[in-house]
Amino acid sequence: MKIIVGVSLVPDSTTKVKIGATNKAIDEAGVTYIINPYDEFAVEEAVQLKEKNGGEVIAVSFGTDKAKDAIKKAFQMGCDKGVLIKSADANFDTFTVAKNLADYIKTENPDLVLFGKQSIDFDGLMIPPMVGELLGIPSINVVVKLDINGKEVTAEREIEGGKEVVTASLPAVIGTQKGINNPRYPNLKSIMASKSKPIEEKAPTYTGNKSETIDMKLPPAKGKGKVFEGAASAGELVKALREEAKVI
Amino acid sequence: MSNKILAFVESKDGKFKNSAFEVITESKKLAEELKCEFEVLTIGSGLDAEAAKLGTYGAKKIVAADLSELNAKNPVSGSVYSHSAFAKVISETAKQKNANYIVMSATGLGKDLAARVAIKNNSSLAQDTVQLKADGEHIIATKPVYAGKSLVDMKFNDDNLVITLRPNVFKAVKEGDTNAEIEKLDIASLNLSDADFNSTVKEVVVSNEKLDVAEADVIVSGGRGLRGPENFHLIEELAKVLGAATGASRAVVDAGWRPHGEQVGQTGKTVSPSLYIACGISGAIQHLAGMSSSKCIVAINKDKDAPIFQIADYGIVGDAFEIIPALTSEFKKVLSQ
Ligand SMILES: Cc1cc2nc3c(=O)[nH]c(=O)nc-3n(C[C@H](O)[C@H](O)[C@H](O)COP(=O)(O)OP(=O)(O)OC[C@H]3O[C@@H](n4cnc5c(N)ncnc54)[C@H](O)[C@@H]3O)c2cc1C
Ligand SMILES: Nc1ncnc2c1ncn2[C@@H]1O[C@H](COP(=O)(O)O)[C@@H](O)[C@H]1O
Repeated sequence: MKIIVGVSLVPDSTTKVKIGATNKAIDEAGVTYIINPYDEFAVEEAVQLKEKNGGEVIAVSFGTDKAKDAIKKAFQMGCDKGVLIKSADANFDTFTVAKNLADYIKTENPDLVLFGKQSIDFDGLMIPPMVGELLGIPSINVVVKLDINGKEVTAEREIEGGKEVVTASLPAVIGTQKGINNPRYPNLKSIMASKSKPIEEKAPTYTGNKSETIDMKLPPAKGKGKVFEGAASAGELVKALREEAKVI
Repeated sequence: MSNKILAFVESKDGKFKNSAFEVITESKKLAEELKCEFEVLTIGSGLDAEAAKLGTYGAKKIVAADLSELNAKNPVSGSVYSHSAFAKVISETAKQKNANYIVMSATGLGKDLAARVAIKNNSSLAQDTVQLKADGEHIIATKPVYAGKSLVDMKFNDDNLVITLRPNVFKAVKEGDTNAEIEKLDIASLNLSDADFNSTVKEVVVSNEKLDVAEADVIVSGGRGLRGPENFHLIEELAKVLGAATGASRAVVDAGWRPHGEQVGQTGKTVSPSLYIACGISGAIQHLAGMSSSKCIVAINKDKDAPIFQIADYGIVGDAFEIIPALTSEFKKVLSQ
């Protein structure tokens, strides 16, 4: 089975966002970058499928040189090959990413494409369905359980207040959600082994962008709230919620 | 090119979701700003009477696609619905109507459909927006990024655009009681092929009858301060009185005290209810990321220096085990008046 996993590099979730000098992106100084947390589920699922069925797993990222760190993490978790579709700068939108990934995936003709359900920087939930559409193959996103039986895929997809049981056939795109598996911690041996794996670089096939960020700002600051003491003030709080805040 | 808006609204079990009304009100507002027309698309069975009532939110024309007719075209039997086919219906209806703007809600279904339709119609995508404004004939969309730690304004290269609206952020406004005019969509005109049904929902499993945090207008959340799963009845009782959904911090979800579906935060759900009550939650940056855009935040914590108080509009410092029951009974009193 040939599996491609898309991985991206994102600021660590503890990052305190500061707006950069251009007012269009964050100030990168002091920011720690990690593999997108949802991509670890995708990588884990791919590696488990390979361990079960044989085959190979290719990790691909679209981005600047920095994105290699996400691929290296994927290597540590057991991916066999790595590909960076190298962007000259960080000025690309989701469509550009989806288009480049789809163009590359087409050349490899995999059985399965795995992504995280969402990246924690732009919170899109866009790449998995977009890549599925661009390739003309099924996509199922926010998947918490995946069963593959020959060419048949049955997936449980999380929705508001429940789950959908979705069927499709391979090749397909799956976006993984927390709960699908427990991503492994790389051991020393796999970390050492990953060091010698080369990352193949490819040129983008599209750089057009369909959208542009014209301004980035922090959310409006909140004034100091009203704080009461002890259970005896419950009545006062309820009164304030009703009469001042008017939320009940 | 003259603009036109198609609003796709979601329904469930023969009723429209609250987000449907938000989508209509905002589409109407946009149509006024852009001086253009808007039409509404529904997909469902036996929805006509409810659909006509969308007129009360300002919808004049509804295009209604019949779900059973659509399912009948699916080569896979036992289909509840199909995301890929829904995307095709939206995409083709927009083309038939010459609609260059497509508006829907940023729900689990909406976000998925929007991305598909954007590709099908060669459009840009403004996902999970919290504000839209017209700049001449064009649209500027504001969306939260980095889990709400910042916001970006985006503009788009052309005016073919799919927009999703974050639920609970845009207001639904009722205005009068005129019924909307309903046009039945001719499913045959869509030229559906088997490939348009490449994924099929076989079953929808409702995990609990409770309201989901992502859709709730009021949320009561509990954290590690509750000390154990056996104490969450306090949260549930308060939520019941308020008609609220129950939420949780990741700490208690990871500990297995609460289901993952309740987790609020950067790696859980992003919510923006009118009222968010955080009980025994410290307010870690990843938790705040998921709920800081709530309209009114109430914190209950025994530590007056807990970070949650920095974004709270109201708070009570003290023991949650005393405060939550006291609040429950106060709310009960006030709400029964
Ligand atoms: C990559 C990553 C992603 C994450 N994503 C999320 C996420 O999506 N959502 C999320 O919530 N967290 C997330 N976290 C975890 C987050 O960092 C915190 O660990 C978590 O939110 C803490 O949960 P808590 O507030 O319940 O627990 P604690 O931080 O332990 O806080 C408990 C609070 O309860 C108070 N308390 C104790 N006893 C009482 C009492 N009797 N009465 C009143 N108050 C009391 C304490 O003063 C304390 O403030 C993430 C972390 C990482 C690294
Ligand atoms: N630049 C990228 N390169 C490779 N994969 C990506 C990239 N950006 C996003 N993805 C994948 O798409 C998923 C969803 O991202 P998004 O749609 O941006 O929220 C992520 O979890 C990744 O698996």
